[in-house]
Amino acid sequence: MSRLDPVFDRCRAEGRAALIGYLPAGYPTVEGSKDTLRTMVDSGCDLVEVGLPFSDPVMDGPTIQVAAEQALRAGFRVRDLFGVVESVAAAGGKAVVMTYWNPVLRYGVERFARDLAAAGGLGLITPDLVPDEAADWIAASDEHDLDRIFLVAPSSTEERIDLTSKSSRGFLYATSVMGVTGARDVVSNLAPELVKRVREHTDMPVGVGLGVRSGAQAAELAAFADGVIVGSAFVTAAADSPAAVRALTEDLATGVRSAVAPA
Amino acid sequence: MSPTGTVGSGQFAPTPHDPDERGHFGPWGGRYMPEALIAAVDELSVFYEKARVDPEFLAEFARLLKDYANRPSLLTEAKKFSRHAGGARVFLKREDLNHTGSHKINNVLGQALLTKRMGKKRVIAETGAGQHGVATATACALMDLDCVVYMGEVDTERQALNVARMRLLGAEVIPVKTGSRTLKDAINEALRDWVANVDDTHYLLGTAAGPHPFPLLVRDFHRVIGIEARIQILEQIGRLPDVVAACVGGGSNAIGIFHGFIDDPAVRLVGLEPGGDGIDTDRHGATLTKGLPGSLHGAMSYVMQDEDGQITEAHSISAGLDYPGVGPEHSHLKDIGRAEYRPVTDAEAMEAFALLSRTEGIIPAIESSHALAGAMQIGRELGEDAVILVNLSGRGDKDMDTAVKWFGLGVEGETR
Ligand SMILES: Cc1ncc(COP(=O)(O)O)c(C=O)c1O
Repeated sequence: MSRLDPVFDRCRAEGRAALIGYLPAGYPTVEGSKDTLRTMVDSGCDLVEVGLPFSDPVMDGPTIQVAAEQALRAGFRVRDLFGVVESVAAAGGKAVVMTYWNPVLRYGVERFARDLAAAGGLGLITPDLVPDEAADWIAASDEHDLDRIFLVAPSSTEERIDLTSKSSRGFLYATSVMGVTGARDVVSNLAPELVKRVREHTDMPVGVGLGVRSGAQAAELAAFADGVIVGSAFVTAAADSPAAVRALTEDLATGVRSAVAPA
Repeated sequence: MSPTGTVGSGQFAPTPHDPDERGHFGPWGGRYMPEALIAAVDELSVFYEKARVDPEFLAEFARLLKDYANRPSLLTEAKKFSRHAGGARVFLKREDLNHTGSHKINNVLGQALLTKRMGKKRVIAETGAGQHGVATATACALMDLDCVVYMGEVDTERQALNVARMRLLGAEVIPVKTGSRTLKDAINEALRDWVANVDDTHYLLGTAAGPHPFPLLVRDFHRVIGIEARIQILEQIGRLPDVVAACVGGGSNAIGIFHGFIDDPAVRLVGLEPGGDGIDTDRHGATLTKGLPGSLHGAMSYVMQDEDGQITEAHSISAGLDYPGVGPEHSHLKDIGRAEYRPVTDAEAMEAFALLSRTEGIIPAIESSHALAGAMQIGRELGEDAVILVNLSGRGDKDMDTAVKWFGLGVEGETR
């Protein structure tokens, strides 16, 4: 049983996809990120991904790079992450953490898992850790009952999709395009095909991300994905105003409830 | 002399020091990288494994090294420089005489051939000093490949000559303005490009770092340095050196020459790291001396980082050594005690830079000057009976701007 099953079960029961919103912890400040995440939870995110700002975010485009840089410049420390996760739980939200691997290694894999679980976090998304290298994390996440969200990409072979789904718990993160994070104008046509391939290997929920920024795009993804993941657009909205975050969340929340067949 | 040898022997033969199937040298190496790129490195592994036993590939590579890159490179005794190294005999492996002026061409020609075999038509590369960028642009011109080079903005300024060379050779040079605006950030940007364009693009990584199979294949393409040097020193003095010294940025020239002697336990292998302002300051790039285990740019290795695992900026007067990571095989060699690593400060390197120029009429790259400074220290420790082989990884033309500033060689006679 995964920690995230209740989230996806409820969405499934309502006949819709889950809305998953990303924000880096500490952006623009630790308190500021708590406020934004609370707004995201209150106005319709079913799950939030709390990002851990990292100095060398190779999977991120300019928007998230700049946000991470700003958080670090404002003095963000890894220990602050757990307070941010706690604040999401306190607001009645569900949180997983998304992080590059080196900060976890330095913190200690086992210690990180323990502190994340204690803060009420439900799991970890690891964009630069593949299951092949994840023995320590698999052991620690089992020990602390945390979900493990590995990624699959359009370039993944069947064997790798199989390995990745067997190693994951909670959901699988399908990157809809070959590329880094960043809002895009059109939904990739690689995503439906990838999700279809994934479904041949697993019944686990599949979240699709990279590039989504509008309710209309969310509606397209909701037609075939169990979760719609939105990152850069939230970062941009957070830089604007709480009202912008609320408006974006509501637009996306409407989107995941009005699935349309992809054009 | 035919160092690239025949099938199953020589430069591409498996060694007892090869990584396991998934690229681990002990606990180091592997693939700490996005899933989206795994298919590409798998493909590269498959093509490399085929190529290294394919007589046609080996012959083509050997021909390019000989008729295009000017190999074998010379081994020159630095008789007057020896005075500054405690009287020890110092031999220079003259990678500076290769086409494009550094060891980098060895790896680039090999990977460019692999790119062709994989049917890809676009090449991207990172560069620090610009030597890898120039070598890549050169091979791409030769082999009709499109070439894009990422270079930190700081480095485009201090190695402006090489930017011009790359552009003349037809490459697009993209200055990278993020982070520390040096080599590490150029690699980040190249990885971002790769993930978006991996179908038709090969990432021609310039050092023996990164995810498997890069540390293995870059090393193998550079093994020619050690193979030649071993034959040459035996020819010249009838014995092996006591010490082999090489500078270590990512570690490619060092691993290439080390491998010629790795099974000779009496030969000390010494890597010289950029000590910047000194390793007790926070301005240096001595990854193996001061770093901690971590994952950066696709591999587990020693990494310069803070207590939160944020990667720290390296600092070195030498753009080619200004990198907070290092190839995983060096981490392994350090751990098992087969190689030792020492820092050399900017000032020590620049002293060696000037000394070699004046005593031997050879202007070395500032990167290579770190190895020379190391040889000066080690020579003084060991005395005049010692024989030290230095990998002179490149020539110093590209470093004239830095030298002008450091020594006050400008027309105004400006001093530092
Ligand atoms: C002449 C020269 N030597 C050494 C290096 C350092 O690289 P590596 O440690 O991979 O040999 C460079 C890198 O640019 C270089 O140009």
